[in-house]
Amino acid sequence: MKRMSGYPEYMQESLRLVEKTRPERIGKTFPAMTAEEKERILRDWHPDYKEESKRPLRIGPCKGQVMPHEVADILEAHPAITPDEIDLTDIAYDLDVLVIGAGGAGLSAALLAHENGVERDRILMVQKLRLGDANSKMSQGGIQAADAPDDSPTLHYLDVIGGGHFANDPDLVEALVKEGPDVIKWHEELGVIYDKNPDGTMQLAPGGGTCRRRMHSCKDYTGLEITRVLVDEFLNREIPYVEFTCAVELLMDDKGQVAGSVLYDLDSDEYLIARAKSTVLATGGFGRLHIQGFETTNHYGATGDGIALAYHVGARLRDLDSTQFHPTGAAYPEQIVGQLCTEKLRGRGAQPVNKYGELFVYPLETRDVEASAIIRECYERENGVVTPTGMRGVWLDTPLIDIINGEGTIEREFAAMFRNFKKFDIDIREEPMLVFPTLHYQNGGVAINTRSETSIPGLYAAGEVAGGVHGKNRLMGNSQLDLYVFGRRAGRFAAERAKKISLGKLTLSHLDRYERWLAEAGIETDRRAPILLPEYRGKRTLEHQLKLL
Amino acid sequence: MMDDEVEMVTIYVMGKRHRVPAGLTIMKAMEYAGHQFRRGAGCRGGFCGACATIYRTKGSYKLQGALACQKIVEDGMYIAQIPFSPAEKKTYNIEELRPDAGVFLEYYPEIARCLSCNTCTKACPQDIMVMDYVQAALRGDVEEAAKLSFDCIGCGLCAVRCPAEIVPYNIGQLARRLYSRHIVGPTEHVLKRVREIEEGRFDEEIEELKTLDREALQERYETRERRL
Repeated sequence: MKRMSGYPEYMQESLRLVEKTRPERIGKTFPAMTAEEKERILRDWHPDYKEESKRPLRIGPCKGQVMPHEVADILEAHPAITPDEIDLTDIAYDLDVLVIGAGGAGLSAALLAHENGVERDRILMVQKLRLGDANSKMSQGGIQAADAPDDSPTLHYLDVIGGGHFANDPDLVEALVKEGPDVIKWHEELGVIYDKNPDGTMQLAPGGGTCRRRMHSCKDYTGLEITRVLVDEFLNREIPYVEFTCAVELLMDDKGQVAGSVLYDLDSDEYLIARAKSTVLATGGFGRLHIQGFETTNHYGATGDGIALAYHVGARLRDLDSTQFHPTGAAYPEQIVGQLCTEKLRGRGAQPVNKYGELFVYPLETRDVEASAIIRECYERENGVVTPTGMRGVWLDTPLIDIINGEGTIEREFAAMFRNFKKFDIDIREEPMLVFPTLHYQNGGVAINTRSETSIPGLYAAGEVAGGVHGKNRLMGNSQLDLYVFGRRAGRFAAERAKKISLGKLTLSHLDRYERWLAEAGIETDRRAPILLPEYRGKRTLEHQLKLL
Repeated sequence: MMDDEVEMVTIYVMGKRHRVPAGLTIMKAMEYAGHQFRRGAGCRGGFCGACATIYRTKGSYKLQGALACQKIVEDGMYIAQIPFSPAEKKTYNIEELRPDAGVFLEYYPEIARCLSCNTCTKACPQDIMVMDYVQAALRGDVEEAAKLSFDCIGCGLCAVRCPAEIVPYNIGQLARRLYSRHIVGPTEHVLKRVREIEEGRFDEEIEELKTLDREALQERYETRERRL
């Protein structure tokens, strides 16, 4: 039997056991947990349930809300700028709609603002990195929508709200599930290529916590395919945009409305004032804050800027105590540790097994439960495989996918996974992946209603930055859907508002108020937020750094 | 994390020499050497194409393409990032186009200059048969062009290297949208469900769920039929 060289010699014995038990595992599964078992395993093993990893927020309208230290740290930090540095009379952009962030939610908002009657030159999209560079693009496995004959938005509603531990906002869930099929229709009109069966129906897969096959996919490049089509359409409409430009603060007016943003050009280091009647926050999540030191699947720009900006103007936040750890991040090789191994692998038959090649969990539990079971297998039962860097992981037995669905399935449906592992001499058609949970998604965020309005007039939020849709745990494929449902709504209602309102005098006085909150709570810190870019430079470099220019 | 015993290699970032631990990706090696990316970093997982890089290895004359987040450094490697290509993207209304060779010739006439030299394919960090999909588009085989180009992440390396100044990734994008919009078309059961929702068919059911208390809703959730 030929052996690939991808895994070190000492793992070979465990790999042989996985191979040995594989035939008897075909067609078998591990029983799903009962509600009580789920509750217990979450309490004992899910990183979210570690009391010492969180604290109550000490300032502002959401004082007392519990959240991870890393998130509280960016909220209990000084605003990035002080009002006296900024000339508010020097307006660079005068707009109806400003969209901050150019992932799936931002692109949808800009397109819909345009379709709802805002002239394109009265719209501006700003993006910290490149157009379309966002977590949206990295989504692999799929997007949920209840359009199959044996499925319904009602069943989708149950899955979403049960998966979210009944903490979701029911109105937002209703909007999500009822608009799902229309999002798919919209995508196909724009030219997104979804995977289909030979008879022309959608090829649908199950996901963790779904009661039907509801996952629509574009191979394992689902987010890439949708995002690049939206980018192409956005460029066709010639809507103005600026890349490598961040929002460092929101602007308000003297009527208490959000009125645009102070932008910061990453090339020239200058600030620019964008005055806008409606502002859409589509800045994504906080994966790059590395909650509890976890590796992350997230994009380079996912530094939680949006929640800091929104809180500076006093917007209500919710569910930030809840972080999603994706059950299967790569644990080996070292170069790709933490990167996503899509849930669709399990949807198509791959099983998590321990170092003895034994099943230990139902492969499609909700993400929080599945992740907890993997952590328990590694750290309580000590049935994980230890990597050369001391990390632990379990096997995700991918060769089953081709055995169950026919040869060629992996190459056809998992082109990205196959390619990413092949670079390290691991052929996932023949050998399993070594996986461990990885920081994946910000479940909570800025509170919104079904019009994507936040609690502050003039400020809209959509996508990962917003909270309430997914409660305390998001199901696979619902964040992709969330982007387009609430991104489109944000664009539409932002456009509507812009036609009706007028702005008063611009102000940054909310930043002075924020400083007062910090002082009153006795918070002394040199932290500033938003942080904009993560810091990965070598320790020696940073110790020797001089800021001369 | 790096200890003294770790094997080090020498790399040259835009000509400047650095000693970095072996085994790092180009991206992590550049960070180790003191770069904080503004341009040139994106998803860090091989999905976005923001970190397109040209490199040359020791003793070789060849310029090769890679993604900085995916390629491991080698001793003696010369590295330059090309995170932007000033390529032209034509604007169009996808609804009004016809899926044939004429579209490509109209919007991207330079496609006819393809020499079949295969430089684009060799430059592709995704190992896509770039030249083959450009040729398919030229023949009017939209489906083939769409399928062959599907794994494109738009890094731009093919366009930078093409001696005929074709921008293959824009051609692939156009082909894929044409294929879905005009050849595959909409999905019947999706359209049907959209109509049902518009007619309010599920309103009552969902309204009813929204009135349930937590316990009753949980009961509904736990006992829902799973049909996978």
